[in-house]
Amino acid sequence: MAEFALPANSKIGVGETYAAAAGTKNVKKFKVYRWSPDDGKKPTVDTYEVDMDACGPMVLDALIKIKNEIDSSLTFRRSCREGVCGSCAMNIDGTNTLACTKYISDVKGDIKIYPLPHMPVVKDLVPDLNVPYAQLASIEPWLKSTTAPPTRERLQSPAERAKLDGLWECILCFCCSTSCPSYWWSGERYLGPAILLQAYRWLADSRDEAKGERLDNLEDPFRLYRCHTIMNCTKACPKSLNPAKAIAEIKKLMVERTI
Amino acid sequence: MSDTRTPLSRARGLGSAKEGVHHWWMQRVTAIALIPLVVWFAISLVMLSGADYAVARAWIGSPLVMVLLTLTIVVGLYHGQLGLQVVWEDYTDGALRVFMIVFTKFIAVLFGLGAVLAIMRIGFGG
Repeated sequence: MAEFALPANSKIGVGETYAAAAGTKNVKKFKVYRWSPDDGKKPTVDTYEVDMDACGPMVLDALIKIKNEIDSSLTFRRSCREGVCGSCAMNIDGTNTLACTKYISDVKGDIKIYPLPHMPVVKDLVPDLNVPYAQLASIEPWLKSTTAPPTRERLQSPAERAKLDGLWECILCFCCSTSCPSYWWSGERYLGPAILLQAYRWLADSRDEAKGERLDNLEDPFRLYRCHTIMNCTKACPKSLNPAKAIAEIKKLMVERTI
Repeated sequence: MSDTRTPLSRARGLGSAKEGVHHWWMQRVTAIALIPLVVWFAISLVMLSGADYAVARAWIGSPLVMVLLTLTIVVGLYHGQLGLQVVWEDYTDGALRVFMIVFTKFIAVLFGLGAVLAIMRIGFGG
């Protein structure tokens, strides 16, 4: 159900300010959401002044510099630092994206960093993604075939393989799902754009033999039809994929098998 | 409220309702049908502007107008309650959602039946 205000224990206060050393010429302010489950306090936004003359170009570079040199308690996920793992997804300057592929220079003024919206927070910039991961498991994202496996690879024509382009590249960062109002309001019943794009990745696979069963499991007013083509998903995707189109293709398949 | 269900239990919920495609498809089909019907209705209203009661009543009672006007109202109400159902599903929860969905359908049937009977009464006399 729609929620338009934060719960009382999530109201954000003003936090600490960590000033840059005197004489630092090129300073950028990073305003970062902080919350710890351990101290019983409400969340705050801390301000870190970072010397840009000694910092890499990406937002993740600044976060790592803050953690290494200013405040080791700052908590965030990161791994590959090149946009293939999806760990450092967060809300930067009002848009969900990957900190590792977001240029600091693309943001005018102070850089505001929050965790992915409308997910429970584990700590600071780390959201609890257990439900979306379980939703991924629920669509059974693997090849299903009851025909005896061939003695060699399962063949696909180049045209069949091309249908998977724009789908296989998804890194499951959940920038799209957590930008979707329908996913905010009905996150447990609506699968969300990330999972529906994964579902379509298997519906579009010529080698898969379980299309009817997959469509049966998706046909639901909430699992699929909470998508109202708001398109935030496609706008947010840091890999320039189009989850909204994948969802539209699923809706077309649903009609195709009835008429 | 503590929720001790596993994430997979929460994700699977009560399983797929195995419906929704009919609602979605009918919303599109009625939307397409309403394009010519609403254009016809708007043009008719403009042409009837300034007409007196007898002229308007005679217009409603003509056979083609009876058919098109009934279609416009019935298809419009059907389309409208499909759309409102989506609003309730998005923005309400629990008992209120159930009540609003049922209430919306009742109102749509009430208005539709009233409008159709009124058109028939004018068209067939009485």
